[in-house]
Amino acid sequence: MKHLSFSGEEIIETIQMVRMEQLDIRTVTVGISLLDCVSDDPKVLTRNVFEKVTNTARDLRRVCAEISREFGIPIVNCRIAVTPLSLISGRFGPDQFLELAATLDRAAHDVDVDFIGGFSALVEKGTTPAESHLIGTIPRALASTQRVCASVNVGTTRAGLNMDAIAQMGSIVKETAELTAKQDSIGCAKLVVFCNAVQDNPFMAGAFHGASEGDCVINVGVSGPGVVLKTIKAAGDVDFGQLTASIRQTAFKITRAGELVGRTAAARLGIPFGIVDLSLAPTPSEGDSVARILEEIGLERVGGHGTTAALALLNDAVKKGGAMASSHVGGLSGAFIPVSEDIGMIEAAECGAITIDKLEAMTSVCSVGLDMIVVPGDTPPEILSAVISDEAAIGMINNKTTATRIIPAIGKSVGDQVNFGGLLGRAPVMPLNQSSPRRMIARGGRIPSPLGALTN
Amino acid sequence: MSKPDNASNPHAPATRAIVTIIGSDRVGIIAGIAAEIAEANVNILDISQSVIREFFTMIMMVDLGQSPLTFHELSEKLSRRGEKLGVKVELQREEIFKAMHRI
Repeated sequence: MKHLSFSGEEIIETIQMVRMEQLDIRTVTVGISLLDCVSDDPKVLTRNVFEKVTNTARDLRRVCAEISREFGIPIVNCRIAVTPLSLISGRFGPDQFLELAATLDRAAHDVDVDFIGGFSALVEKGTTPAESHLIGTIPRALASTQRVCASVNVGTTRAGLNMDAIAQMGSIVKETAELTAKQDSIGCAKLVVFCNAVQDNPFMAGAFHGASEGDCVINVGVSGPGVVLKTIKAAGDVDFGQLTASIRQTAFKITRAGELVGRTAAARLGIPFGIVDLSLAPTPSEGDSVARILEEIGLERVGGHGTTAALALLNDAVKKGGAMASSHVGGLSGAFIPVSEDIGMIEAAECGAITIDKLEAMTSVCSVGLDMIVVPGDTPPEILSAVISDEAAIGMINNKTTATRIIPAIGKSVGDQVNFGGLLGRAPVMPLNQSSPRRMIARGGRIPSPLGALTN
Repeated sequence: MSKPDNASNPHAPATRAIVTIIGSDRVGIIAGIAAEIAEANVNILDISQSVIREFFTMIMMVDLGQSPLTFHELSEKLSRRGEKLGVKVELQREEIFKAMHRI
């Protein structure tokens, strides 16, 4: 055995993780700066964007397929994140933004990536005319394209919350839902409202290539709720010290696989390697669920009392294990708790075990926020704005990223089902508190940054 | 992966890979897979077999450095031969196991 440096157990463990426990690399995302595409002529700018994106990402799909085959690990998505378009678009009006969205969609289609993110504006402190036009165009841009994803950052710990933008986003979410009403308002699944958005997130719909990033970069998002679930099951009823140790070990292995895939892809594409995002991202298939992990920790149903504590320990253990495994950890890095994309969450929502209030509490201890939650289509925009403001406040005060991806499904009410298909899954329409926040949302202005921001 | 030469190019992929054969034991499995490997001019560096987690498992460490086939071609050939023999054959680069199981 002088050459065989691995035990059979180790080799089979890796193969089993892939075949039985749905270990995968959720996404290889190439970030592309569009800062060098600027021009005072919208036509030239749009052409520059198309050329830069397609030239940079031309080989992404092929290289990911090769790597996936050679390492025996599926790569589920290839994606592109670009500089927030509001930063490069000068004096663009709505029509030019629509044209630019169509161009991104065409570019994504040309190089065969699943999604392209960056139809984005960062307006936490204030809104420029270009940002205002971009935000106003989001509903039509998402309704008229397939692969383009939009995001708006409405607050940071340092800047506070831009309540004017939050008020506007309630209407934008609603309008996006209306324009895609025939497809169960799926446009809203491609729109994220952030607080403390990160610059190197490889996950959609909120990926964009931050202005402080280099020209282009490869970021990788790993996944593997199924692998963690199996580890916890195998550990049995051990105490929390041992439980978190087993989660850390698993997170370490998953992250190392992600780092290898990222570095290999970067080397073959000739693009610098950026970060690994250590997230547990569920899919609707059984055995690939974050909710099932929380239940295996010892809860009868996700959503019950104890869920927030279980999620907190899971999120922390994943980070601790993963942080040791990669030189550069970034992005969102934590457990995702989307409702429609997680079979355990779907079931809990269907039987009323989990409510939007519990989900909101959970977002204070895990990455991201209220994600893929379907609410009644007749929800007034000010209630949507208020939901966004609550979530953003959690992010601002706790110095973490939070996001809201909420879907007011037009024509549907509590008790109805919405089925998006594929990785986006399905979800029951969940009730929202109907008391009106209208006067608060109408006040306008900014919620000041908290004392915690004064760290200098 | 055409003829990587690690000495002259440090960025070339390493040439060692692991072949895993999982299934029920019977006459001719190792011979069949080994023949396919020899035909591809791939050197078997090491071989072991055991029952792991209830699966009969054969593991080979191979060197692809001298093979005229691409990784994909060899992988397909082994997989097809495995199907005929009633076993599942996988070819994976060594690096993935190094990454996941060695610090």
